[in-house]
Amino acid sequence: MLLTLEPNPNQIKTEKLYQQMGLSDEEFAMIEDIIGRTPNYTETGLFSVMWSEHCSYKNSKPVLKKFPVTGERVLQGPGEGAGIVDIGDGQAVVFKIESHNHPSAIEPYQGAATGVGGIIRDVFSMGARPIAMLNSLRFGELDSARVRYLFKEVVAGIAGYGNCIGIPTVGGEVQFDPSYDGNPLVNAMCVGLINHEDIKKGQAHGLGNTVMYVGAKTGRDGIHGATFASEELTEQSDEKRPAVQVGDPFMEKLLLEACLELIHSDALVGIQDMGAAGLASSSSEMASKAGMGIEMNLDLVPQRETGMTAYEMMLSESQERMLIVVKKGREQEINDLFSKYDLEAVAIGKVTDDKQFRLIHKGEVVADLPVDALAEDAPVYHKPSKEPAYFAEFQATENEVPQVDDLKDTLLKLLSQPTIASKEWIYEQYDYMVRTNTVVSPGSDAAVTRIRGTRKALAMTTDCNSRYVYLDPETGGKIAVAEAARNIVCSGAEPLAITDNLNFGNPEKPEVFWQIEKAADGISEACRVLETPVIGGNVSLYNETSGTAIYPTPVIGMVGLVTDLDHITTQHFKTSGDLIYLVGETKPEFGGSELQKLLYGKIFGKAPELNIEMEKERQGQVLAAIRAGLIQSAHDLSEGGLAVALSECLFAGEGLGADVNITGDSISALFSETQSRFLLSVKKEHQAEFESLVDASLIGEVNESAALRVLNGTVPVLESLVDELKAAWKGAIPCLLKSRD
Amino acid sequence: MKFAVIVFPGSNCDVDMFHAIQDELGEEVEYVWHDTESLAEYDGILLPGGFSYGDYLRSGAIARFSNVMKEVVKAAEAGKPILGVCNGFQILLEAGLLPGAMRRNESLSFICKPVELKVETNRTIFTAEYEQGQTITIPVAHGEGNYYCDEQTLAQLKENNQIVFTYQQNPNGSLEDIAGIINEKGNVLGMMPHPERAVDELLGGADGLKLFQSIVKTWREANVVNA
Repeated sequence: MLLTLEPNPNQIKTEKLYQQMGLSDEEFAMIEDIIGRTPNYTETGLFSVMWSEHCSYKNSKPVLKKFPVTGERVLQGPGEGAGIVDIGDGQAVVFKIESHNHPSAIEPYQGAATGVGGIIRDVFSMGARPIAMLNSLRFGELDSARVRYLFKEVVAGIAGYGNCIGIPTVGGEVQFDPSYDGNPLVNAMCVGLINHEDIKKGQAHGLGNTVMYVGAKTGRDGIHGATFASEELTEQSDEKRPAVQVGDPFMEKLLLEACLELIHSDALVGIQDMGAAGLASSSSEMASKAGMGIEMNLDLVPQRETGMTAYEMMLSESQERMLIVVKKGREQEINDLFSKYDLEAVAIGKVTDDKQFRLIHKGEVVADLPVDALAEDAPVYHKPSKEPAYFAEFQATENEVPQVDDLKDTLLKLLSQPTIASKEWIYEQYDYMVRTNTVVSPGSDAAVTRIRGTRKALAMTTDCNSRYVYLDPETGGKIAVAEAARNIVCSGAEPLAITDNLNFGNPEKPEVFWQIEKAADGISEACRVLETPVIGGNVSLYNETSGTAIYPTPVIGMVGLVTDLDHITTQHFKTSGDLIYLVGETKPEFGGSELQKLLYGKIFGKAPELNIEMEKERQGQVLAAIRAGLIQSAHDLSEGGLAVALSECLFAGEGLGADVNITGDSISALFSETQSRFLLSVKKEHQAEFESLVDASLIGEVNESAALRVLNGTVPVLESLVDELKAAWKGAIPCLLKSRD
Repeated sequence: MKFAVIVFPGSNCDVDMFHAIQDELGEEVEYVWHDTESLAEYDGILLPGGFSYGDYLRSGAIARFSNVMKEVVKAAEAGKPILGVCNGFQILLEAGLLPGAMRRNESLSFICKPVELKVETNRTIFTAEYEQGQTITIPVAHGEGNYYCDEQTLAQLKENNQIVFTYQQNPNGSLEDIAGIINEKGNVLGMMPHPERAVDELLGGADGLKLFQSIVKTWREANVVNA
């Protein structure tokens, strides 16, 4: 057997070995101060992962405090596996988003797959049945072979895990920009459904109760994954490949079904996923939250490799594992329950009342630490913040209308931009229908999943235009929330709450920290006004490659409630003769727009403005009209502006076309990305009633011409067969993926 | 009529199948665990889609050794209607209840979308309610649906009218666009598309419902006096 020699406390201190684990000199001194001695190797490892940004939010806590986290419907805010929102009738929706960016950058298939697996466990550890998955992805441009590889493998990884476990992947978004070349973003969101009485928490209550380990065995994979996630990617990052775990969706399917049976047992006290920092975080957090201590005998931990040390077992991030606390004496029935699913439940420890975190391995105490010190007492840093030079420069820029000669050609080029183009190539690889509740499948503004046995449904979306956030983090943050809500409203739902995934660069750089602060301000304001509290989320910092940060990307995952199935609305025009309305006036706003990117190959200037109060009023009007049964289709205007939105509205109808009138400058009217705008279609017989409810301009009519025709006054400015537009839109991503270099 | 939905570890379309039968078809249905010793009380057996045993090794290759499969073979011999969808079809192939084998999709990617099928024969207990040659829309969702068999088997399938459904636009590269086949005796149907996903207009179409209605109708005619 291989004998592992671990450095002793003295060596750790004098040789500063703690630095390799990500602890600073000050943090190590703090630890010595708290425990009154120098920690041993295992203890140092425990602190290093529990105090990593990923587990402790030590750099982002001051920012996260800004978020509104309460609301009438909120049953569980941030702090547990996932947040919970009441949807009436004793039911609630559970959801959370989480990143797996760094693992996906070096091992895209497994990185993405285990990201999906991890967020699913967060949701079912609350006792909820996962009913839908979404994702938010960012890659560099598809003209690079490396990016194409990352893109294909990430999509395959999400599909591989989600399809196998049998949870439909119903929606998502993806953008492509050079800022993500070396550091793609992979954010996965899981939505679950629960009855109020089944809600479970990750707390280890009750002196003497038994701590049980369920699911896959522990191996050496993923050791220090949380630490790895809390540093920048470098040329050497490939060496961290062993820190990426390997997923087993079949195991997780068994674990999911077993745990959902377990939650109905009154023997269960608490349950938590072993996610980032594995056994270390789940056990210490459960004890700390309950105000208790915990003692575990690591000899009893199911292991799939021999000779594992305490350090390795505690820091392993092997997948598909859960930690549960059950009433003393009820272990056998828990074991029987799991064995039905060919799983083992193993008693590895007990709840104590001394608030200590005690580990025993081979008869020796290998760690004995105050549990709150691990789980609660990580230092909180107020990082210096500094407005970057580019911001003032961009703010000083006047809005200018870019010049293009051929409007049709411009529209075709915009539709071929991968960020705008059809995502069919992606979502056809996802089983978006399994469990047969998906009413609106991928490709409309938001996905809609019915709640079986009721007239209710849930609308869900992920959104973030990081170009706007880069140009103006506060406005961009606001827009991300507003756009998510716009998508939810267009689907016929009332926005409930959000989960956020703050993907940023290195927070130790003042300019990056400023972006984080400002974006959080914007998100907070929008959430307050739109009454969509933040019920949980994830922070992913250090998204940098060789010193260059990604665009700040605070992804918003939002869920809305459809109160009656009849309200479900899609973006597509339905019938010839319907009237087309535009809600909201258009200004010449091209900062961060697709057109700007297309013409200049870069972005600059001001982000589009957002008046969040006006946004709220318009959303209210549109939703009221939908609920009154007056709306045939609803689509929000986003990347590419009106021309792209009109095209998208026409892509699902056989032979449908539209005649549309615009006024003013044609380029602005067609391509500006002014916010808070909606494109609606309405039956003629509802014209008067609709116009009394919604402030909107009648701009055209749906017809059977199979063409999009746009007039400015009496001058034809754009005419194209819908099929030609659709071919460009549909073919773009498959075409880019075929190139060889 | 009483149906069994067989649940293997890793089945994930069992719930869809169950609700299609109970809510849309309005017949009796129960989940049956893979270690069950007898299927005697059921009139029809449904093998749902999913990833039984993770589809590790090969789709359906491990599930065929489940306890319940001995009973499925018995039920097949007894002439009971047996429907295998997607992973259920793959298991029927591995168990030898249907001829041929599955390969990975030609694209090497999982594919999920509604597809048009042609009803090649309505002279089966599964398709009696369809028109001969009718085009129906049913979703596919699979990574290994590229059906293959040798020439001799193909000739037999054709001669005996055992090819029940074909794709109008082949999504996976399957031989002769085959989407579903039946055994010679006519009581075991395997198909890659998911009829249980097409039973409710709210979710985009209900063309699959007639398949289940066909099973019930022919069963009633044969088994219920004064049907």
